Amino acid sequence: MHSFGYRANALLTFAVTLLALICAMSSLSDNLNSPSPSSHVKVLNINWFQKSTQGNDEVSMTMNISANLQSLFTWNTKQVFVFLAAEYETPQNSLNQVSLWDGIIPSKEHAKFWIHTTNKYRFTDQGSNLQGKEFNLTLHWHVMPKTGKMFADKIVMSGFSLPVEYR
Amino acid sequence: MQRSWCNSKKKKSTIERTMGLIGETTVVDSIKSIQFRQAFSQAVTLGIIVASALIIWKTLMCITGSQSPIVVVLSESMEPAFQRGDILFLHMSKDPIRVGEIVVFDVEGRDIPIVHRVIKVHERQDTGEVDVLTKGPDYIVMRTSRDTPNLHGDHNLHDDRRGGLYAPGQLWIQQHHILGRAVGFLPYVGWATIIMTDKPIVKYILIGALGLFVIISKD
Repeated sequence: MHSFGYRANALLTFAVTLLALICAMSSLSDNLNSPSPSSHVKVLNINWFQKSTQGNDEVSMTMNISANLQSLFTWNTKQVFVFLAAEYETPQNSLNQVSLWDGIIPSKEHAKFWIHTTNKYRFTDQGSNLQGKEFNLTLHWHVMPKTGKMFADKIVMSGFSLPVEYR
Repeated sequence: MQRSWCNSKKKKSTIERTMGLIGETTVVDSIKSIQFRQAFSQAVTLGIIVASALIIWKTLMCITGSQSPIVVVLSESMEPAFQRGDILFLHMSKDPIRVGEIVVFDVEGRDIPIVHRVIKVHERQDTGEVDVLTKGPDYIVMRTSRDTPNLHGDHNLHDDRRGGLYAPGQLWIQQHHILGRAVGFLPYVGWATIIMTDKPIVKYILIGALGLFVIISKD
């Protein structure tokens, strides 16, 4: 009953149980945080707007993205993945989401940012429906924990529209 | 085996002490039955261990709706979000896939499923089917607003279609390719699996040692 093996086994079991408990508790403690992030996006210029050879509309635009996501960070936050997506409806599709820009925020100090950028990923439609199209720009974020459950939320900014003519 | 023989000998002496009046032949019989019982109970214990592992796995499959509820990250392709050896918990709900989610999907002609982030979603008006485009690593880590010159102009990065990850001619990932979406995360634990896959000898030694332990140990 009191051999070395038994004691080692008991100690290991206890240590692993304790570690699992601490992980679970730190993951649960994320629920206590009620963040209040803010963001603002401005489309500065439509650089070009055309129909590709495959028949899909494609846009390139320059944007100004500013956001304050500092309140998302807790002690169990490894990083925050943030991205901006254009969202719109077309006759064929009830929802189109196109990611335009993304970035990783490694710590709270860097969570208040401002960036001037063109779209990092291609803003391509599935078809040719973008002329004069009104769309939302949504800032999404995914909170990556050090351990446990991942969180996600978004801010929807509406009232953007594309030009009627290709350019 | 040496030890178990000793144990049974010890048992023999205690039995003789308690049942001193019973004849020699019955004592031998009872020893034989004890050895059989011991072996039988060890087999049952082993069976219970295997069965409970299977039960946990199958229960997880039922709860999460994913055919592989727990996956181990094998590559660095999702750095710095997930590193090699991290464990991901997958969930497969009825909710449609949305942009930004981390999905695990199969590609025809590839053995190992891929963990990547969704950057584009087109959901059909009539059928509700989704076409999904993914991309590889999360790459660029943003540090302060002074770093913006680095980010600026960093556009048209490759998605997985242009990166040649999909099967030839495949434009989109669809619902039937997807094994699940990542909902939870546990660091480092997956290293055991990676080591055992990379060096099978470790696996055999471990299984052998466990088996031996079950056979030798009394309870």
